[in-house]
Amino acid sequence: MPIAINVNDKSHVIYAEPSTPLLYILRNELALHGPRFGCGLGQCGACTVHVDGRPTFSCILPLAAVGERKITTLEGLLEDGKPNKLQQAFIDEQAAQCGYCISGMVMRGQALLRANPSPTDSEIRNYMRPNLCRCGTHAAILRAIKRAATGQEKRS
Amino acid sequence: MNGRFAPSRRDLLQGAGACVVAFSLAEAAGGATAQDLPPSKSVALDQVDAFLAIDDKGMVTIYAGKVDLGTGVRTGLTQIAADELDVPMASVEVIQGDTALTPDQGPTYGSLSIQNGGVQIRQAAATARAALLDQAAARLGVAPGDLTVANGVITAKSGNGVFTYAELIGGKHFDLKVNPAAPTKNPADYKIVGKPIERLDIPGKLTGEFTYIQDFRVPGMLHGRVVRPPAIGARLESVDESSIENVPGIVKIVRDGNFLGVVALSEWSAVRAAREIVTTWSKSETLPEQGKLWEHVRTTKILKDDVTSNIGDAPSVIAGEGKKLSATYDFAIQTHGSIGPSCAVSAFRGGKLISWSASQATHNLRKQLALMFSLPLDDVRCVYVDGSGCYGRNGHEDAAADAALLAKAVGEPVRVQWSRADEHGWDPKGPPTLIDLRANIDASDTVTAWESEFFIPQGAADDVDLVAATLADLPAEHLLSPGGIINDSAIGYKFANIRTICHRLERTPFRASWIRTPGRMQNTFANECFLDEIAAAVNADPLEFRVNYTDPADKRGLDVLDHLARLAKWETRPSPQKPITGNLVKGRGCSYVKYELVRTYIGAVAEVEVDRATGEIRVSKFYVVHDCGQIVNPKGVKAQIEGCVIQTVSRALKEELTFDRSMVTSLDWASYPILTFPEVPEIEIELIDRPTEKLWGAGEPTAALIPSSISNAVFDATGVRLRSVPFKRGKVKAALQSASEMDRR
Repeated sequence: MPIAINVNDKSHVIYAEPSTPLLYILRNELALHGPRFGCGLGQCGACTVHVDGRPTFSCILPLAAVGERKITTLEGLLEDGKPNKLQQAFIDEQAAQCGYCISGMVMRGQALLRANPSPTDSEIRNYMRPNLCRCGTHAAILRAIKRAATGQEKRS
Repeated sequence: MNGRFAPSRRDLLQGAGACVVAFSLAEAAGGATAQDLPPSKSVALDQVDAFLAIDDKGMVTIYAGKVDLGTGVRTGLTQIAADELDVPMASVEVIQGDTALTPDQGPTYGSLSIQNGGVQIRQAAATARAALLDQAAARLGVAPGDLTVANGVITAKSGNGVFTYAELIGGKHFDLKVNPAAPTKNPADYKIVGKPIERLDIPGKLTGEFTYIQDFRVPGMLHGRVVRPPAIGARLESVDESSIENVPGIVKIVRDGNFLGVVALSEWSAVRAAREIVTTWSKSETLPEQGKLWEHVRTTKILKDDVTSNIGDAPSVIAGEGKKLSATYDFAIQTHGSIGPSCAVSAFRGGKLISWSASQATHNLRKQLALMFSLPLDDVRCVYVDGSGCYGRNGHEDAAADAALLAKAVGEPVRVQWSRADEHGWDPKGPPTLIDLRANIDASDTVTAWESEFFIPQGAADDVDLVAATLADLPAEHLLSPGGIINDSAIGYKFANIRTICHRLERTPFRASWIRTPGRMQNTFANECFLDEIAAAVNADPLEFRVNYTDPADKRGLDVLDHLARLAKWETRPSPQKPITGNLVKGRGCSYVKYELVRTYIGAVAEVEVDRATGEIRVSKFYVVHDCGQIVNPKGVKAQIEGCVIQTVSRALKEELTFDRSMVTSLDWASYPILTFPEVPEIEIELIDRPTEKLWGAGEPTAALIPSSISNAVFDATGVRLRSVPFKRGKVKAALQSASEMDRR
């Protein structure tokens, strides 16, 4: 049974088991590799995408439950094919080591900045709590979100 | 976007930069020329051609046996090669860890990628540069000293004559041995080395364009999943194939001894099949009771003793007159905990195997796979593709063996993605470490003797058996390989009598391997805490105490301690702080080591807050002073240090594998929690750059100091010594309570 979904402002018709988690559709059917498989349990945030703007674990969201809601992935944040302000802030702060978690970090950070354009340090920390990083890039990620929030120019 | 990450033929060969590899390559796995692409590429460690090539456009390719595990090594190696060759970084690309193309520089572990791998590449580049200068000089009829090089262009100082590298060597082999005496640049002349260059891979990681092994696809590829036993050592008794009849697109159920896997057309079908298949297994209870782990370790048969230092006669002095101190420390079993579970793709055609994975050691994996499948080495090619960070030997190699076994069974390329439970349950573990320490102090408060005993498994940083080979009972080496875990059991402090001994145990509860800072972290935890115990016993300031027992000739070591005191605004006084009042108390602790006693110097200070009512520790701040000699990329080094601090605060405060008699029970992030954003400390780092010194590793040394710094800070805050990692809340609360009961008595 074909299922229509809207991803990064494009409509797609998907032929897959309705129980398939959205993550597998994004990665395997639509070749969007921003969202990543980390646990399949909604525990780590590597798969985070926006569903109608809200950060959501795509690894536990069945295809059949997406409906007409708009999905945005890391790729959908690009502006004219270039990193948006937050993505650029991550680059400027070198906020990735292995980078496997980074897509999820950007998606959650972006959702925070949309809801709260000038978060305090502790607001950033608390909001980012569900997303795990193993390389210990947290400090750089916090700096990146702060930089995007304050519109700081790139340091030399 | 970095243009060099657009797919090129080289990228396709390697698999980085393109998500679908041309079908011809997967085909080539079975073809006659599969194992030697390009046909005459040397991988011999003594050949310049093994390490680098310059094409007819002047583009330089570096062939690195060391791989970028997310640490920035690709960028560091590019800096080193570009600077030594006098070409812009944009003219250099790096191919990593392809057994057909790259020399075997050893596994990517031990903070050796720059220290060893980079130095080898630097020497090959220096040899190449000198050869090109000689060639240009001969053709111009001048001395090499009359030439200058910039941007890959050799120019005669007289102005008469210009050659590009491309004109001289473009597309041809050097056919030249690496000359160990070829002069490398004067450090003062480096233009790229030492600069805070931004990492080449990061932009692609922020846009979704970067290809991880988890993203890697080959045409015709099927999806595999493994079904692991519910107990280590259990035998597969039955498989009810009809139980997954309703899962669409199942290609095959693969059973080989106790190995079970499923292959399906779609990934979700493979996931469902692995979850839903009904199996029965024999009961197996091979593990000790977790509550009696340390008795188990202490009573495990000792195969041999490694005496790692023996100065004077420590046992007699300790038995003699004086104030005696003794303590036992332990460090829990931990897991690598990669955020992306292990993944690999294999194609098995025409009897030949090609394996793509994020292996730290593709040359070793190649040998292991050849042994497992009884293939000649030449019929196996292993190619590195970046993965989720592994922090040691995690499950990447095992996933490669799983994929190969399934690919062989179905005759098509197969991708195996481990589940979270596969990763937490079946990646090899950092073994439990138990340490006894003793010291003697004379009447003038001088330490006269230090003695330590480490109860740690036998073996070195060798191959770790592949799970699939074990389950399917295929040929394997049957080695116990926990890593170089005797390192840093010896100490660098100047005591008159020292004896440090490692009791090498016959076995350890779980398949072992190295996790970031293997042994060095556990051993340094015990050493640097026990040293702090001695300092407290003689009422000395802990940092000053370290200075006093450091060899006065060791200027770099003393420098680190001096800078550390200033960076952390260290207040000179003994620990613990006084008076200790109220529930919420603060303290600071320091730690110091010269890594493995021979390389990178590090000093650290932790500041903590302890809630004495709950036992909760908050690490609020870390200061680190770091001297790794010549710094290739200060931005990269700082990122590694930050990573060491944060990851190890997690390991020290929270991480402990749990298990029952059959199997690991901490199979997800709820049962094996790691540090979250609110718990991350502030970090201040000072790098001491020594451009004229040897370059040493930076990937893991800092991690060695984190548990001891925290424990020492908790002692400073509370007067209670934590001797068991992790410092979980319940355990800390119990230690605080038992100390206060002692006080009342």
